[in-house]
Amino acid sequence: MLYSKKVMDHFTNPRNVGTIEDADGIGEVGNAKCGDIMKIYLKIEDNIITDAKFNTFGCGSAIASSSMATELIKGKPIPEALQLTNKAVAEALDGLPAHKIHCSVLAEEAIKEAIKDYYNKNNITYNHTIFPDGTSCGHCL
Amino acid sequence: MNIYVDNAATTKVSETAITAMLPYFNQVYGNPSSLHSAGQLAAESLLIARETVANILGCSPKEIIFTSGGSEANNQALLSAAEIGKKKNKKHIISSTIEHHSILHTLEKLKKQGFEITLLNAHKNGIIHPDELIASIRPDTIFVTIMYANNEIGSIQPIAELGKICQEHGILFHTDAVQAAGHIKIHVKKENIDMLSLSAHKFHGPKGIGILYAKHGIPLTNLIEGGAQERGKRAGTENLPAIIGMAAALQEAAKHIDKTAAKLIPLRDRLIEGLTEIPHTVLNGDPIQRLPNNIHVCFEGIEGESLLLLLNNKGIYASSGSACTSGSLDPSHVLLAIGQPHEIAHGSLRLSLSEENTIEEVESIIKITKESVTYLRGMSPIWKDLQEGKRNYVI
Repeated sequence: MLYSKKVMDHFTNPRNVGTIEDADGIGEVGNAKCGDIMKIYLKIEDNIITDAKFNTFGCGSAIASSSMATELIKGKPIPEALQLTNKAVAEALDGLPAHKIHCSVLAEEAIKEAIKDYYNKNNITYNHTIFPDGTSCGHCL
Repeated sequence: MNIYVDNAATTKVSETAITAMLPYFNQVYGNPSSLHSAGQLAAESLLIARETVANILGCSPKEIIFTSGGSEANNQALLSAAEIGKKKNKKHIISSTIEHHSILHTLEKLKKQGFEITLLNAHKNGIIHPDELIASIRPDTIFVTIMYANNEIGSIQPIAELGKICQEHGILFHTDAVQAAGHIKIHVKKENIDMLSLSAHKFHGPKGIGILYAKHGIPLTNLIEGGAQERGKRAGTENLPAIIGMAAALQEAAKHIDKTAAKLIPLRDRLIEGLTEIPHTVLNGDPIQRLPNNIHVCFEGIEGESLLLLLNNKGIYASSGSACTSGSLDPSHVLLAIGQPHEIAHGSLRLSLSEENTIEEVESIIKITKESVTYLRGMSPIWKDLQEGKRNYVI
């Protein structure tokens, strides 16, 4: 099998699928041309991510990466969520095939975009350099 | 209960082929090149197999080269044509945008050697127009290669007509018939085909064996040197069990070709009808000029690989033109060539039937695919945008 059991579990029974109507931060990365779009919704209270949901258009590993990434940041303070790397997402899934690593990169970037959106909406100053520009997926074309 | 609908990838070896092959592993095991009786018995069987396939294709046994499969046959056809071109100082080759990679990648190689390649565009229905072939012919055109039927979208090309045009212009004409052989009737002489490739495992024969037909008088270039087998054009001890299995499978397929098509076409058309009932779904390829066993559709708003995994979880073994299955991230070159935008090409599903499939399986595939597409659309941000009018439907 191309994918680990963990990937298949998170693909077949994805956690946190859906949207949050009154989300505090929304991040969307990827594009349809590449075949992957991830949209992550965050609910944030007192600097802590109290809820995270996702919508994903993409392959099995893109859906599994979204599921795992949202699980990893739920209940975490923002600074900790910002530390989440694509490597950590891939490792938590017991690895991804080499040509699917970009799916875990998208998950990391979608979370960062959502946090950036939260900062922007709340006029919180932040260090721009830690965020991807989010305008192109850049990983597949 | 699993449902196998990936017969364009490969097929189950038929009982007829297995039964035919078995004695050739441990009873008739001589080397056909050996002078002793064990070898000569094998040589006789090899000759009979060669005659069998030649009769079916409408050519002489001497025009058949056994290869390791379709890719090798395609490579040898192109490289042979290139050598002929070099000798005649002709450097132009015509092919199409929807060929298999064993053609396209070899053409890339020839381009680096100085050949000029024209790729004809398939129309929206996946068919190449003969007029466009005529228009692209140049005085230095040496070779035309157009596939008989497409491996992804199943469209069947007007091969006899294309062959006639090449004949009239004195140009060699090759067709990659890997998906067509054993599924639709082929007669190389009547269809003006100079060279043809086929592969046994696409019609219930064994893997690793195929044929290059080359009309008498066409000089072939070896890919493998080192022996006098196959008229000296393909060295290496013949894979006799596989050759026997291929001949048996092709004979069986040819015998039942009309009956099989009569069974498969209604199943195919029911699948097309059922799947295209799903909103924003499109059939790729021509609805009529189409392989009897091929169904290929795109669903807007979802990605093909995740659909394949869901179908697999339900025991349905299908395929996709989707990038993500192949290790490359670009969507199918065939879908892009017929004008599907990237985002639509990503949402493709190919089903390819065999005579073992039933109407009950077809109904089950329709039901499960409908559920799976709905489920994936439910979590797709593109679908949400489409539904909310933030993005325009393409199909």
